Amino acid sequence: MPHSLTSASTASLRDDLQAKIHLMQGKRGSERSLPVLPSLRRLLPGGLRPGAAYSIQGSMSLAMALLAGPSLDGSWCGVAGLPDFGVEAAAGFGIALDRLVLVPDPGASWTPVIAAMADVLSVVLACAPGKVAPAEAARLGARLRERSSTLLVLGPWPQSEAVLQVNGYEWAGLGEGHGHFARQELELEIALRGNTRRASIDLAGNGTVELSRHRMGA
Amino acid sequence: MLIRVDSPVRALVAWFPDWPLVAARLADDLPSNVPAAVIGQGVIAACSAEARLEGVVRGLRLREAQTRCPDLVACPVDPVRDAREFEPIITSLEERTPGVEVLRPGLCAIRARGAARYYGGEEAAAGAVLESADSLGVEARVGIADSVFAAEQAARSTTELSAVLVLPPGSSKDFLTPFPVDVLGQAKLASLLKRLGIRTLGSFADLPATDVLARFGAAGINAHALANGQDPRIVVPRTPPRKLDHSVDFEPGLDRVDQLAFQLRATADAFVAGLQTEGLVCTELKVLITDEAGSRSERTWGHPRHFTAPDVVDRVRWQLQSPSSAPAGSGVGSGLSSPVTRVEFLPGRVDSIAHHGRALFGDGAEEQIHHGLTRIQSMLGHEAVVVPAISGGRLLSERRRLVPWGDALPAGTTGLAARPWPGRLPDPQPATVFASLIPVLLLDANREKVSTDHRGGLKAPPKWFCPTGDPVRRRAVTRWAGPWPLRQRWWDAVHKLEADRFQLVDGDGEAWLLLLDGQDWWAEARYD
Repeated sequence: MPHSLTSASTASLRDDLQAKIHLMQGKRGSERSLPVLPSLRRLLPGGLRPGAAYSIQGSMSLAMALLAGPSLDGSWCGVAGLPDFGVEAAAGFGIALDRLVLVPDPGASWTPVIAAMADVLSVVLACAPGKVAPAEAARLGARLRERSSTLLVLGPWPQSEAVLQVNGYEWAGLGEGHGHFARQELELEIALRGNTRRASIDLAGNGTVELSRHRMGA
Repeated sequence: MLIRVDSPVRALVAWFPDWPLVAARLADDLPSNVPAAVIGQGVIAACSAEARLEGVVRGLRLREAQTRCPDLVACPVDPVRDAREFEPIITSLEERTPGVEVLRPGLCAIRARGAARYYGGEEAAAGAVLESADSLGVEARVGIADSVFAAEQAARSTTELSAVLVLPPGSSKDFLTPFPVDVLGQAKLASLLKRLGIRTLGSFADLPATDVLARFGAAGINAHALANGQDPRIVVPRTPPRKLDHSVDFEPGLDRVDQLAFQLRATADAFVAGLQTEGLVCTELKVLITDEAGSRSERTWGHPRHFTAPDVVDRVRWQLQSPSSAPAGSGVGSGLSSPVTRVEFLPGRVDSIAHHGRALFGDGAEEQIHHGLTRIQSMLGHEAVVVPAISGGRLLSERRRLVPWGDALPAGTTGLAARPWPGRLPDPQPATVFASLIPVLLLDANREKVSTDHRGGLKAPPKWFCPTGDPVRRRAVTRWAGPWPLRQRWWDAVHKLEADRFQLVDGDGEAWLLLLDGQDWWAEARYD
């Protein structure tokens, strides 16, 4: 695609190139990836890549399910900036509580705290900060790649490996005045290295994740 | 086996009467100069002279003692306090006569020979012991005899006016003759002997040793030797412990945390090094901080591994900066409410350094994690990095227990979680549990607040849900269930809970867990 070198198109060219670099970095397959739960395996076939950031939008359960895979595998996990993290639900997903560290309120020093956590913990789940400068995000990205740890951001994040967007969820088991929540079905949209896929996942019964069906779409 | 001691080792026993009471007074748990008593298992374990004048004696039930002496001040017995307060007494004694064996707090034995030779006589040695106790302001009695047992009995039979009793060599057996068999300290044996008609140590000592062995066994022959004035125990002097605690005084007091941290570095280094030369590491540290106003802050800190010097300094900083220790209104920053004049480090729990050695290839991961998290703690404070655990309770926020990194989980937490807790939410549990309840509103078809009747049923089904508590921005309720009653401890004002739970899905597809507390609606958690 030819570009005339006006200032606006320079910016877009730079963004394009950055995206391409990012994509090519993403294809490095030499490192051992972190496992994911069976229900997410078809959506993230390579598992969670060490050194990458993932953006999760709209669901704490999905974030917990993503955290559960590495935790079941023996990794240490951290959760930052989420004072409302439901510990019992996390245990239900299979996250080992004795290898989980919470920093409920990182305060003003969001980036240093996340970087310090990423230094020592394999997976860090963090709420998105109010506003993060692209340069700061790039620095944190470099730190993540250096330490081979994975960042899951609950909210938007620039330069993320994949965006997992929950468009809606359906709860089974509850009626009008009777029953109780039993199963959760997430309408999920995954943007992974340029490909967008849609699927729906069941988060079943006692909190463990079981795959029921996938609908692969455009 | 018959025990014969041909040349008895002379023993000096120092007895500190009513030690539990004296210790309680030294620790400021009991006031002095008023009738006071220490209570163990519901009966008087020790009482003061004032109380004794009113007719209170050892072994009396507390209620009975209080009828005899209505002004009686009492506190429970505490063996740790007894031992702790006894420590300075022993140290002072050891300065005068080395080789002290602590038989129990309030009673110690010394080999008399060395002391007698040094002071030029057994009476003079006893005088030195009395003088040492007197310098600390406690009352002591001394007995010297051929055996530890006889010397203890001699010390106990002294009076306030003549505090020393020296039994000449060879006279111990005759001295013990009139004592009842109860003083042997073996209740079962004493009871049996009395039923056999043997009431005094003298008549017990007259029995042939072989018969005693045949009838009463090893414990009996031991007691028989005691009654004969031949205590088989020898005085085993203790090794005075090295001083492990460190303290530092500031004159004038320091009022900035950074100054204090700088000044404490050397002391913290010395503290850790002192432990290391003993082959120990500290896993629990007690920090005592005294300020110019005279108030003391005392806190025990745990550590997942062991304390190093920077960790020790960090704990002091956190202790000074923690909101609980700072009085209301004072700045929590680097300025303190009152200048600090004294800081003490006491090892609360120590462990052998061998258990904390580095593995050959490094126990890498865990140590790195600890270092990293400690760094975050020094950035944000001790309570900022927490480890979660599931505890017991009915409300979800009660069930979530967060413990600062490095501190131990409170005892019984897992036990609490394992209890049945009627009214517990069925699985799956909500992923978002609000740290504090959020006020919301649930309205019925007539835009009235939904409430329950006196039988716990719903007056009208919910129709509208306002997640912000503002009736204008409402969403339709599509599906719901409840009320599920939570009733707890109606008699207890603090832990009382009377609420109803609801699950609902609103028009936007969000799933909520609501709590109806009397008239108000709260969001407890969200399923997302």
